[in-house]
Amino acid sequence: MELHALTAHELLGLIQEKKIAPKEILDAVRERIQTIDKDVKAYIRLNESRPDPGPCPIPIGIKDNMCMVDQETTCGSHILEGFKAPYDATVIDKLKRSGAMLIGNTNMDEFAMGSSTENSFFGATRNPWGLDRVPGGSSGGSAAAVAADEAIWAIGSDTGGSIRQPASFCGVVGLKPTYGRVSRYGLIAFASSLDQIGPIAKDVTDCALLLNIIAGYDNLDSTSVDLPVPDYTKALKKDVKGLKIGIPKEYFVEGLDPQVKDAVRAAVKVLEDKGARFEDVSLPHTEYGIATYYIIATSEASSNLARYDGVQYGIRELAQKVRKSPLLDMYDETRDIGFGPEVKRRIMLGTYSLSSGYYDAYYLKGLKVRTLIKNDFDKLFKDFDALIGPTSPTTAFKIGDRVNDPLSMYLSDIYTVSANLSGIPALSVPCGFSKEKLPIGLQIMAKPFDEEMLFRIAYAYEQSAQWHKQKPKL
Amino acid sequence: MSQAPKQKYETVIGLEVHLQLDTATKIFCGCANKFGEAPNTLTCPVCLGLPGSLPVVNEKALEYAIKVGLALNCTINPFVKFDRKNYFYPDCPKAYQISQYDFPICRQGYLMIETAEGEPKKVRINRAHLEEDAGKLIHDDAHNCSLVDYNRTGTPLMEIVTEPDLRSADEAYRYLQDLKLTLSYLGVSDCDMEKGSLRCDANISIRPMGEQKLGTKTELKNMNSFKAVKAGLEHEIGRHFAMLESGQSIVQETRLWDEARGRTFTMRSKEEAHDYRYFPEPDLVPLMLDNITVEKVKASLPELPMQKRERLMQRYQLAAYDANILVQDPVLAALFEQCAARYADTKKICNWINGPLMKELNERKTPAATIGLTAENLADLIKRVDEGVLSNLAGKDVLTFMIDTGQSVDTIIKEKGLAQVSDDSALEKIVAEILQEHQDIADQIRAGKESAVGFLVGQAMRKTQGKANPKKIGEIIKKTLSQ
Repeated sequence: MELHALTAHELLGLIQEKKIAPKEILDAVRERIQTIDKDVKAYIRLNESRPDPGPCPIPIGIKDNMCMVDQETTCGSHILEGFKAPYDATVIDKLKRSGAMLIGNTNMDEFAMGSSTENSFFGATRNPWGLDRVPGGSSGGSAAAVAADEAIWAIGSDTGGSIRQPASFCGVVGLKPTYGRVSRYGLIAFASSLDQIGPIAKDVTDCALLLNIIAGYDNLDSTSVDLPVPDYTKALKKDVKGLKIGIPKEYFVEGLDPQVKDAVRAAVKVLEDKGARFEDVSLPHTEYGIATYYIIATSEASSNLARYDGVQYGIRELAQKVRKSPLLDMYDETRDIGFGPEVKRRIMLGTYSLSSGYYDAYYLKGLKVRTLIKNDFDKLFKDFDALIGPTSPTTAFKIGDRVNDPLSMYLSDIYTVSANLSGIPALSVPCGFSKEKLPIGLQIMAKPFDEEMLFRIAYAYEQSAQWHKQKPKL
Repeated sequence: MSQAPKQKYETVIGLEVHLQLDTATKIFCGCANKFGEAPNTLTCPVCLGLPGSLPVVNEKALEYAIKVGLALNCTINPFVKFDRKNYFYPDCPKAYQISQYDFPICRQGYLMIETAEGEPKKVRINRAHLEEDAGKLIHDDAHNCSLVDYNRTGTPLMEIVTEPDLRSADEAYRYLQDLKLTLSYLGVSDCDMEKGSLRCDANISIRPMGEQKLGTKTELKNMNSFKAVKAGLEHEIGRHFAMLESGQSIVQETRLWDEARGRTFTMRSKEEAHDYRYFPEPDLVPLMLDNITVEKVKASLPELPMQKRERLMQRYQLAAYDANILVQDPVLAALFEQCAARYADTKKICNWINGPLMKELNERKTPAATIGLTAENLADLIKRVDEGVLSNLAGKDVLTFMIDTGQSVDTIIKEKGLAQVSDDSALEKIVAEILQEHQDIADQIRAGKESAVGFLVGQAMRKTQGKANPKKIGEIIKKTLSQ
């Protein structure tokens, strides 16, 4: 029995039946990493410690942007090299208490800025379904690790699709919870009003189990919401009969790969057969999503990333000779060598949007359009239980294909950014493969704090379709 | 340089006061909010701005801000929103300060002050908002480096901004004094400029008398005491005057007051001014204050100095001068009122408090709140002087003992033997001795020089260590010499 290939709920069952010891799981996963991570490169660094296994001793990969005591956290960036936080992120704390085994920091686009995990200072991660392909991003390391059985679970963060798009590219389940459902305390911020931590798992049941652990109000995060956390696995048992699901017509336009379109249509058919009712709907402000997202996200990022200046932590670079002043030169040099090109591009974009004289035309307008996008969803969720569409317009593209074309890279988030802008929960579940045998993802969206609806629909679909049983050949 | 002559130019000053609030913990984290601890001992991931940390608003700081706003007659904005002010500096670990930009918690208030001419004047408050303080930079010239102490980072600050209503350095000084007094009544800050818990920047311009348009302003910083504010402003006004008089124009810029040299110099020009790129703080959701919260704070406000002054004048028929002195210290004002409940002559109580008692407190440099003197004892002391049991002079000695020991007047008289000697035969004996010792003076008095009596009375008082009743001594001297 290859333990690393099992799901968390399967492993927990075996432990309960005393058929395996927690230690065996950890060993199996570590061995798997030793064997194949040289090809996948899902991890930036591994955690060699052996904590005592708790009630839930599942090995879990952590995206490299969550603070952990005694473990380096770098956000995939050179500028944070050497940074060890003196505290645990709330999510990390919850995982440790559950007994989960934190096995290492997974790779990511630098500061979560990217859709391919190519923007990592530590090199690109590869897609387990095709090693010449990107795993998506920015949580590409987490998604690839789960897909390649190098972790049973993984934690990602999603600012504009960074959990769902790589989950879709790697054929795993990824959830961006409602903004405020999971504490952001200890998550190194990219764009504070959009960032949300979420689970990446091998199937819907595992995804629900992991959300059970990490969700909940945190008095250290003012944006977390004080609502009770249900047992999400209970939602799995409910069928979809009579549910009213909308299909936004704006998600089926030019740029959508026909194979993706067909897979999503087929998935709709499966759910229809199980009794769900579908209707075409409209989210009229969808076309402004990407522009709005890149204004708001970069503006917040320009401020969030200003603290990386070489003063307190991370790298510090001094100038060879004084140009402005020793202090200003240190800022310049440190940030110049510390940040990669995509991060610099976004800091500049955001700084521009917030500048006096441009604020109203960019940032303020962005906030207004954000409200319109949110209103689109609010309106639909009065009548519909969920919305369904593709997670990303294409399957995983080739490494290097889009690095010189930021705009085409940004467009791979076209269906995912709206959920972040409006704060709603959204989940990607595998819905088939392209003829190149690359995974395709189905995105389900629901109203705020109705993650149960996502699990209910995704589980019903998964149990019929059985895509999650397929494994990449590595 | 001299001050601009009043007849030709009008001075226009607006003040920005930064006030540290005395909350137990910092504004966005649980670190202790204390001054004078070892560097970097009062820090945590939040106030150090470590990656991943998030702020949480301290409700006490919010309550204090509302208090200040209400005391300054401001409208309290129920929509509480914070914004980020972005700038790079090592004392600002997040590279932005959490502040309030377009929705300050307090706006449109005023503070009543009294001008040098004794006229009441309304100084309008434009806004007062909440923000966090920065760390403290220490420049180590010996090692050619700068060190940062983050203990101060995250101290709750209120920025209180006036309209350009002040017309002289003296008015600015009086505004600051009254502001400090009001704030000290609220108990929200120790307002110590030397410690930096109250800091003041000023915007200054001058314009020809009668002109409506404001002149070009300069901003003045680095005035680290109340006196420095007055001196710095006076100097800067003089500089404006001299520039305009000699046909030059004022350059809009930020200047620093150099206390040692007694002059101001350029810090940065308008072109070098920062673009702070304010935007709403996404880590703090805006909150709505309900009416009940504000009303509760309002109900908790103490009587403020101006109200107290009015009340003391009306209820006790005090002169403005006496009332003004009393309101400077709420403890003294309370002592006065408790005394007035036991003793009718309020003017006399004032004289004792504002005279000998204040003198004692100043000499000891102790606040009134820490001494053992009770209102009952003070009232009894004044009564004993009235009754002639104590001379005025002995009364002051008794007061000294009272402050030290908290004992009653009668105990002190008894223990120290300070009772006034009014017994005729004893006094006659003393007078006889004095006259014997100063026969020349006695002759002068016999010759009609009545004013010399005072000298002999003084001698008698000295001889009795103040215990003699001076009125009686005088009478006996005159009686004896006229025989």
